[in-house]
Amino acid sequence: MISLDAIDHKLIRSLARDATQSAGALGRHLGLSQPATWRRIKRLEEAGILRGKRLRLNREALGFGVTVFLGVKLATKGSVSLEDFERAVSAIPEVQTVEHVLGLYDYRLRVVARDLADFERVLRRRIMTLPGAGAVEANVLLSEERLPGPLGL
Amino acid sequence: MLDDMDRRILRHWQADAGLSPGELAERTGISAGKVARRIVRMQEAGIVEGVGAVVDWAALGYAVEVSLRITLDKTQGNAFDAFLEAARKVAEVIEIQTFLGRVDVRLSIIARDMSHYQAIYRGDILTLPHIADIEALMHVARIKSDEALPL
Repeated sequence: MISLDAIDHKLIRSLARDATQSAGALGRHLGLSQPATWRRIKRLEEAGILRGKRLRLNREALGFGVTVFLGVKLATKGSVSLEDFERAVSAIPEVQTVEHVLGLYDYRLRVVARDLADFERVLRRRIMTLPGAGAVEANVLLSEERLPGPLGL
Repeated sequence: MLDDMDRRILRHWQADAGLSPGELAERTGISAGKVARRIVRMQEAGIVEGVGAVVDWAALGYAVEVSLRITLDKTQGNAFDAFLEAARKVAEVIEIQTFLGRVDVRLSIIARDMSHYQAIYRGDILTLPHIADIEALMHVARIKSDEALPL
């Protein structure tokens, strides 16, 4: 693992907020030259710490009024292949994230839908029919905040 | 509000958020001027909120990620607000979600290893106010994480 200083931490936080900033603009804020800032960004990318970029869209403004988290337990372990389940669930367009977890459930899914009726359609036609899907628990998302995490402390 | 052209731009941009307006124009077959104007319009309408770098916490040395599903003691009138305010102050909490369902709140917590997690759990989480019950889910692998919308 590479060693990071306080400037790297600031750089990561700043890019996590807005990855469209130029190395020159970032450098001016951090008191670095444009090439020095660029080298630091390159180094963070090569270490895998900055892993690509993500477009943030407003779900509600695009008509996706409902986000539901599903905990899915596989019905009979051993008889279904995890790869088959993972491939099938990842192919559902409404499923935004798939996490393999240990605990009460085997998988945690993030599902978006236009409204509750649309969610029910996705649940019945797509999720319940997945190979190996057993018990499903649903929690409807009310609010969500992402925090900067343990950087620069 | 959005037409097919806007959706086409968003689909390509979602798939690769590092694309410049010029590259988006090339991929969508829409003129560069039109792409730029439509992006500005979608930003002004609050549809496009921004582009952020994805931070890989594991590469930063945080190998452990745990989801804590928490039920609050709702007999306390201010349980939600007091809990959320205190949870925001824990540095290792990277995500807070509230729900309608079997659990009230979920916290995503990262830690360097299991003993670090144990220290956070005992020192910073169990001391949060108004907790009635906690369940932990340990992350094993991310199978899909692009968070793309089905546009």
